[in-house]
Amino acid sequence: MSELSIPAVTPAPFTGYPRRGTTPELTAAGPVADPVARAGGMGTGRPAAVGPARTTPPGRKTPPGRTTPPGGPARTTPSPRHSGPFGSRRAKVRYLALVGGLVVAAALFTLGNLAYDNPMEFGSRGFWLIAQMRVESIVVMLVVAACQAFATVSFQTATNNRIITPSIMGFESLFVLVQTAAVFFFGVAGVTMVVGVGQFFLQAGLMVAFAVLLYSWLLSGRFGNMHIMLLVGVVLGGGMGALSTFMQRVLDPNEFDVLTARLFGNISNAQGEYLPYAIPIVLVCAGLLWSRAHRLNVLALGRDATNNLGLNHRRETMIVLTLVSILMAMTTSLVGPMTFLGFLVATLAYQFTDTYDHRLVLPVSFLIGYTVLSGAYFVLRNIFYAAGAVTIIIELVGGLVFLIVILRKGRL
Amino acid sequence: MITLEGVTKHYGEEATIGPISVELPAGGITALVGPNGAGKSTILTMIGRLLQVDEGRIEVAGQDIINTPSKAVARILSILRQENHFITRLTVRQLVGFGRFPYSKGRLTQEDEHHISEAIDFLNLGPLENRYLDQLSGGQRQRAYVAMVLAQNTDYVLLDEPLNNLDMQHSVQMMKQLRRAADELGRTVVIVLHDINFAARYADWILALNDGQVTEFGPPAEIITNEVLTRVFNTPVSVIDGPESRLAVYY
Repeated sequence: MSELSIPAVTPAPFTGYPRRGTTPELTAAGPVADPVARAGGMGTGRPAAVGPARTTPPGRKTPPGRTTPPGGPARTTPSPRHSGPFGSRRAKVRYLALVGGLVVAAALFTLGNLAYDNPMEFGSRGFWLIAQMRVESIVVMLVVAACQAFATVSFQTATNNRIITPSIMGFESLFVLVQTAAVFFFGVAGVTMVVGVGQFFLQAGLMVAFAVLLYSWLLSGRFGNMHIMLLVGVVLGGGMGALSTFMQRVLDPNEFDVLTARLFGNISNAQGEYLPYAIPIVLVCAGLLWSRAHRLNVLALGRDATNNLGLNHRRETMIVLTLVSILMAMTTSLVGPMTFLGFLVATLAYQFTDTYDHRLVLPVSFLIGYTVLSGAYFVLRNIFYAAGAVTIIIELVGGLVFLIVILRKGRL
Repeated sequence: MITLEGVTKHYGEEATIGPISVELPAGGITALVGPNGAGKSTILTMIGRLLQVDEGRIEVAGQDIINTPSKAVARILSILRQENHFITRLTVRQLVGFGRFPYSKGRLTQEDEHHISEAIDFLNLGPLENRYLDQLSGGQRQRAYVAMVLAQNTDYVLLDEPLNNLDMQHSVQMMKQLRRAADELGRTVVIVLHDINFAARYADWILALNDGQVTEFGPPAEIITNEVLTRVFNTPVSVIDGPESRLAVYY
């Protein structure tokens, strides 16, 4: 039934080449029998020459409008040949089901976070007041999920590596260093000193500048090597981490306690006043990545294939990495380090969607990110009574799910 | 026509490829042969603008490939490197579809689909087109990569050792298909070959390189001789008459 329905949906377009059943010999003989049509189709096939040549090949016996090759050896599925982002129809159905399921789960968790355990009666004025207060955390989670998902998927594509996250470039170590240094030099008061819109931008700007400097230094000119860049990023990140650890050692326990609370990725860390600035920036960056999705697909094929297809690999990589660093700076400045979330989300998105197309992977990774985050937040608030941080739940439960999925499928 | 003028590539202080000046004719198959390190792949990747040229000029079909925008070059020549490993999991048809990127920018039109089908059929990949690359044998995968560059529909096709890791049967098949691409589709195929006998049998022109310099350029009849091959490969070679072409024996 499903096979029959395909031609019905796409009637005319694909009927021009029902050569699925033809034998290789027949195909090979094509040009000999009809060299003009063949040359128009493939040899010199500049756009203008192709249309007419294809529709009137005298050697071909298929009348237009028919989908089954009449004379050819019977092949069971005369489905039109079509290149889609999915390997099979099943994959497409599964994708739609996945998106549907994620939307439902995300909606449920959102509702739960807004309404569950609300002491006021549903529908009353007090109920809405409390729900409104909780909206801010929902917005923060949306922003964080978007940042982590888009940044990690794009970063993995640009670096041609599926097992790393942008945090490898030292964003989080830088964040930890700034926070630790503030407490180290100014005591507990330092924690409040790094809070504020100006400080938010200063910190985010520092991260972006650091990352872009690293890219432009190591990706172009004498080095021009992705692996060296990643390695230097790791080493610098490690250095900053060591410096932070040293300073933390010297802190007195009270200061250290205050600092630790800041250093766990935590939704309630977010300051509402940042949001009006963070949201447009995140939207613009994510939108740019989205609009470049087709280029990202090519970028995933690696340097040589990208250059062969007429894109400048270095330029594309630089653009993507810059956008990634802005997104990472936003989320890290907003809620702190969430190393594992991005990785989890990107890997699960690839595992579930099974496609190369970023137009399909990016939204799913965002949805997974938001679902995981809001689910963890819900569990944290209502089961552990906010004793802990979302990252702990994400890493525990998410890590388990991640392992199960990877081990069951057996590939990345 | 591919024109190289004083093309040079430096590898560190010691090793230098070139300067090379040569004109490769349009049409037919041109094989680059020579011992390891002679600069075959270097020359090929420089023509395909995947490797920066240190000195000199390269023109393909009258276009200076160094200064012409990469986008435009992608419609003139396509190049396939030796090692292809993708992090994304692709079916044959999806891979071949990427060959249309210079035209479609990722949104495949009817015409693109048509070219994709033709390239797939040309390499007899029809029954495999919905299989994932990791489900294919080495020979089939290699054919899929070649189909991708054919779908790019460029007059010039550059291939870096496409017979690498292929067995006897698949090597012969691949060369026959490239021969057909040259004869029937009018493509100019430039190919790096390791096996001199494949060049003798299938190429129209042989460019012999040694130590970063062109030593010989001409039709197989001129190159496949005891004296020339011994000199090019630094190994005693004797040429005998085979059933279809002359054969170099060097074992």
